[in-house]
Amino acid sequence: MRFTLNGTVTDVDAHPMARLLDVLREQCGLTGTKEGCGEGECGACTVLVGGEPVCSCLVPVAQVEGADVQTIEGLGGDHPLQHAFMNEVGAQCGICTPGMIMAALVLPPDATLDEVKVALAGNLCRCTGYAAIYRAVMRARQA
Amino acid sequence: MKTAVSPLDLRRASSLADALRLLDEEARTPIAGATDLYVALNFGMLAPRRFVDIWGVDELRGISVRDDTLVLGGLTTYTAIIHSPIVAERLPMLVAAAQQVGGPQIQNRGTIAGNVANGSPAADSVPVFAATDAIVVLRSHDHERRIPITHFYTGYRASVMRANELIVAIEVPRVDGRQWFRKVGTRAAQAISKIVVAGVRGAAPRFALGSVAPTVVRAYAAERALAGGASIGDAARALRREIAPIDDVRSSAEYRGQVAERLLRRFWIETA
Repeated sequence: MRFTLNGTVTDVDAHPMARLLDVLREQCGLTGTKEGCGEGECGACTVLVGGEPVCSCLVPVAQVEGADVQTIEGLGGDHPLQHAFMNEVGAQCGICTPGMIMAALVLPPDATLDEVKVALAGNLCRCTGYAAIYRAVMRARQA
Repeated sequence: MKTAVSPLDLRRASSLADALRLLDEEARTPIAGATDLYVALNFGMLAPRRFVDIWGVDELRGISVRDDTLVLGGLTTYTAIIHSPIVAERLPMLVAAAQQVGGPQIQNRGTIAGNVANGSPAADSVPVFAATDAIVVLRSHDHERRIPITHFYTGYRASVMRANELIVAIEVPRVDGRQWFRKVGTRAAQAISKIVVAGVRGAAPRFALGSVAPTVVRAYAAERALAGGASIGDAARALRREIAPIDDVRSSAEYRGQVAERLLRRFWIETA
């Protein structure tokens, strides 16, 4: 089956009920997307499907046929959010970071702190206490 | 994923007619946003079976008003509800419920038909539908029937829905009176309810609760007490007799019983 992965049309040979997460990591070799809880609570596996954040551990790959899928790798390494997470120490152990950045990616440029908190409500971090993450996302907005 | 994927069989429906035909041919579990189903698969809690993917059936999307009734297509997501001016105007407590389901990732995929069909007594949208006398529209390849949600569930995760039926829509008649929704959980996002309630303060009050019994509870006795001018204490005692909370990983029966009574009081005070 075929979908667009980070802007490139991609064919994969996968069971239709394989998780998008596993196809991305094991078949496409994109291990930036992490598995945390496996039940849609931690957001570590967040990717964008059709521009919307979803938990890739809960998406059968069949449902992205023909869709536009974006992962953390699609940002390259020079995105303002990536720099802001480094500069503000928004990442500590790092497992939540790709998911945090993908969830933050859909925020409008003028997002308020409250809107940032709502957008990241589906992403858990056990290291930072969130303050550095919110600061990073707010900083990236200004960049 | 703990469940081996290779024995799973998935057919993808291209239209509603296609989905209903597939369901009539053999037993298949419908998959929409997969936010409950894949949790079960991830933890190996679902026996291998056949599935039909209905996520692409766009006929089941859409929010409209027909004959003064709010009609929510079965595949309406929580995100669609949160952004709908029609729902904000007619059923704002459903917007409040949708905002407290999971996080944005879950709101983008989870559907109301899935929330109703999954049958969890902790489902956040279901007390809203129960308090508003909503109708579940079920369709099979050759038949359509409409079941009041208060008659939809027959027990814990059991309902009158047949194997060849899909929930194609939820219909919510016009709601007159103040709407009130509260979810009590461990945190603001990502929590499964310890207890969840929805109320309408109209000519006759309506009050429904989740997570206090094997199915959603419409608190008819408490409603009658309040409508008849009983004290809030008497109404709360009536409520306590019509719920059957249990101890489980999320809360205790005693806590749920006490909080149910408090929520009834707060509903009555805040909607006065």
